[in-house]
Amino acid sequence: MRCRVCLGEVVIELPRHNAAFCPDHFTKFCRDQVAKAIKEFDMINEGDRCLVAVSGGKDSIAIWDILLELGYAADGFYVGLGIDDYSDVSGQYARKFAAERGIKLIEVDLREQYDYDIPQAAAKSNRVPCSSCGLSKRHLFDKAALDGGYDVLVTGHNLDDEAAVLYGNVLRWQVEYLARQKPVLEAGNGLPKKVKPLVRLTERETAAYCIIKGLDYQVEECPMAAGNKHLQFKEALNRAEEASAGIKNAFYFGFLRNALEPFERAVADGYSSSGIETPVVLGACIRCGSTSSAEVCAFCRLVENTAGAKPT
Amino acid sequence: MRVLLRNPRREIEIEGPLSVNALLDHFEFQRESVLVIRNGTLVPGTTKLKHEDEVEIRPVISGGT
Repeated sequence: MRCRVCLGEVVIELPRHNAAFCPDHFTKFCRDQVAKAIKEFDMINEGDRCLVAVSGGKDSIAIWDILLELGYAADGFYVGLGIDDYSDVSGQYARKFAAERGIKLIEVDLREQYDYDIPQAAAKSNRVPCSSCGLSKRHLFDKAALDGGYDVLVTGHNLDDEAAVLYGNVLRWQVEYLARQKPVLEAGNGLPKKVKPLVRLTERETAAYCIIKGLDYQVEECPMAAGNKHLQFKEALNRAEEASAGIKNAFYFGFLRNALEPFERAVADGYSSSGIETPVVLGACIRCGSTSSAEVCAFCRLVENTAGAKPT
Repeated sequence: MRVLLRNPRREIEIEGPLSVNALLDHFEFQRESVLVIRNGTLVPGTTKLKHEDEVEIRPVISGGT
């Protein structure tokens, strides 16, 4: 098997593209896929300042690197989650990437600045850790992007992430979530523009990009994600992918092309999957001023319920 | 050959030579879920691994969204 472009020695096969690539043409393939997604979905305009949500994992490191290679102005934002050694190591990779390139990495540490961490929040809330983690990160990402005056908040969600979330939302017919499952969410209602430029790449491809380019990242899985339903959805989709190459891509992009718009229209017309039509009125959280449908936003409630508890 | 596995991190000796795809079948890994690194370099499924190679099977699936 030879590289599709130069007939050189291959390092990776991509059955979904019926192709194989040498290192140089694989990294070019990744950059091209990101550039195509940015253009196709009007993600980033010329001159935009981007803030990349960086976890220290392969996806966020890969998208930060690719955006810089494509010539975009991109700073990083890292949240210290307080998940034992896992967070310490993840932060080191994010800092190393920024330091080696002399670029800006903004950091927030949950324990230092908000007096809680994710293990604590999970224990207090009696919910899966990913719930508190996702809530905390979304709030802080939005805040950092708005406070810093960034035009676009970039996250490292890849094709596998989006297909797995779509799979879960379809299985439960989460109409409101399906209506928002887009690679771009425009700015509005006090929230920044959010984009997912990795939607055309799988996580196998983003990991390969990092390995080929010698980009260090956190390889170990988050210890709190064990049993996470999205991991199981991903396994199910990967079994389907092995049986039918390209099925994840067809599932996700087929949804965007053929099914997203009716869900958007239904929700805009007031549809509610609970059957109770209660129009959502957005206001400002009385604690932090962020956009919220409640008097006190979910993040401030999490902090109030969790802060000061002993570390777990 | 010495094979490094992750989550949890551990090393296992298995008899070579064998192809990358055969190695993945041996451990019952999905092709989409891992990459194989030989002596520090990414290798495709058709690569023949020698007994003296040092191999890492690196998972690529991460949880949480």
